Amino acid sequence: MSTATLTRPDRARVTSWLQNYGVYLAVVVLLLFNIAFTKNFLSAANFRTQLVQAAPVCIVALGMALVIGTEGIDLSVGSVMSVAAALVPLYLGAGPVMVIVVALIAGVASGLFSGFLVAQLGIQPIIATLALLVGGRGLALVIAHGQLVQLHNPDFLALGTGDVLGVPIMVLVAAVLSVLAGLLVRRTTFGRHLVAVGGNRPAATLAGLPVKRVLIGVYAMSGALAAIAGVLSTARLAASDPNDLGLLMELSAITAVVVGGTPLTGGRVRVLGTVFGALLMQLVHATLIKHNLPDSAAQMVQAAIIVAAVYVARERSTR
Amino acid sequence: MIATTAAPPSERGAAFAAVLQRQGAAVVLVLGVAAAWFAFPRFGSADNLRDLALQSSFLAVIALGMTFVIISGGIDLSVGSVYALGGVLAAYGSRYGLVVAILLPLVVCGLIGLINGLLIARTKMAPFIVTLASLLFARGLLLALTNEGATTYKVGPGSALLWLGQGKIFGIGVPVYLALVLFGLGGLLLRRTRFGQSVFALGGSEQSALLMGLPVARTKITLYTLSGTLAGFAGVLTAAYLQSGVTVLGVGTELDAISVVVIGGTLLTGGAGTVVGTLVGVLLKTLIQNVINQVGTLDSNYQTVVSGAFLLVVVVIQRLLARSRRS
Repeated sequence: MSTATLTRPDRARVTSWLQNYGVYLAVVVLLLFNIAFTKNFLSAANFRTQLVQAAPVCIVALGMALVIGTEGIDLSVGSVMSVAAALVPLYLGAGPVMVIVVALIAGVASGLFSGFLVAQLGIQPIIATLALLVGGRGLALVIAHGQLVQLHNPDFLALGTGDVLGVPIMVLVAAVLSVLAGLLVRRTTFGRHLVAVGGNRPAATLAGLPVKRVLIGVYAMSGALAAIAGVLSTARLAASDPNDLGLLMELSAITAVVVGGTPLTGGRVRVLGTVFGALLMQLVHATLIKHNLPDSAAQMVQAAIIVAAVYVARERSTR
Repeated sequence: MIATTAAPPSERGAAFAAVLQRQGAAVVLVLGVAAAWFAFPRFGSADNLRDLALQSSFLAVIALGMTFVIISGGIDLSVGSVYALGGVLAAYGSRYGLVVAILLPLVVCGLIGLINGLLIARTKMAPFIVTLASLLFARGLLLALTNEGATTYKVGPGSALLWLGQGKIFGIGVPVYLALVLFGLGGLLLRRTRFGQSVFALGGSEQSALLMGLPVARTKITLYTLSGTLAGFAGVLTAAYLQSGVTVLGVGTELDAISVVVIGGTLLTGGAGTVVGTLVGVLLKTLIQNVINQVGTLDSNYQTVVSGAFLLVVVVIQRLLARSRRS
């Protein structure tokens, strides 16, 4: 036992490796574990289910990662999803395209609103988006008169259950959006500005970067992505459920982002890590459920994972 | 920027802004109560006012702990789950007598708070994320205790615990008195003790607090323990009032608590705030609910819309006032 203790530089190296690759390692380990020990895990149908279930969290988490990259946070995502869901039955008569357009407008508007509060008025992101979290769901319920509405439009439901070349549409959308988010962060001026704003706001301001526009932009994107997730989830449920849709989604999304290695202190966005973070949380949940562990255990394990991930990530900022 | 007179108007304006920032919620509350009294004949009835006080008392106890935490510059997202957990533990413990019914939830919830505080103080992790994790953890524990929410523990009809929630002194509910006593103690703790000074110093600037040699880590640990214990106690009161531990309770309560603290004039950035303000914030929230119920024709979902909008207005005003004072 005594010889197994790591020296300081060793520990730093292990930590740094875990920070960079921990989430991928965890996903691989969990996959291997499940393939070995979980009955009926290794099937196309199951993989499909896992991916479809991870997709909405992944989509919302992408927006959250951008916001967290600017040292912000968006607590309103769950409520924005419920607003999008509430709008679906109102515009379904005009076709699925119209539904998506309306939901996107609502999502972007919510995001612009939060972004305005954060960028123009200098209100803390947590409180600016808290107001929308509280009020947004109320608004969704008012729009829907508190009712769950069953949906029957086959074109719309295909968004949740349909395939393109054997890939579920939800997964496809999540994948495309992930690639776009990756390109946005890595290849565009906006992405570079975003990272600079999160890394050091005063410096970014002094350097003449469009700080306010970047901030408003990321919240608008987060709102849009939450709206997309809301529409897709509604299509999958075949019901508009503003009461329950997106409840605690902000927690799941933040968890996926943090577990994926994006620090809460901003200045860095890890898109692939976020995608794997969402996959990991889904796999953890599935593993526990498939081994007959109850939901309560799943929640407690999730809590432990959050703490562990942030604990590991923390070392970077202190060094 | 040249001071020409002894009391330049801008300074008077700043003083006014300061008063408004601190007492704005109280002004709105007084106006709101007056308007409701005038508009709804039933509002001013003794029954309704007693109900208002009773309904406010549960959230008030939770918000008291949150006030301390926010003044220190932190945040406690776990209180909603801890509140529900406290209620379930109280109802579960009531079969073993009054002492267990009260102590079990206080100890468990205090422990969750203690762990929050230890993690935040010792590992320097963000309070936001630590308490987010314990929100999940406490909810998980609650579900595990109740067979995934399928079991509801009842407080037996003969239990002495019931008096805590349903008893009345001079016609007013016991929880109201308990909340007031706790607020009195909380105010003293914040204003008259070294601990209170440390809380303010910590919220002003953690660096300076450290340099001043204040016990920063110990203060943080105490704060979060206090917040967890108070949330647990609110759970005890609620279980006593409802005669059972309700598992679905407390979802989003952390946000209600944060809202009323902020509406009461406590700055989310830390360093400034009062417990009286929080009390006003709680009353204002209950008032909004009550008025919407009185209107009757309004969809009850407007409650949350109005609460959200109200929170926003208050925060924006706070922000603008703070800005005008600085310039």
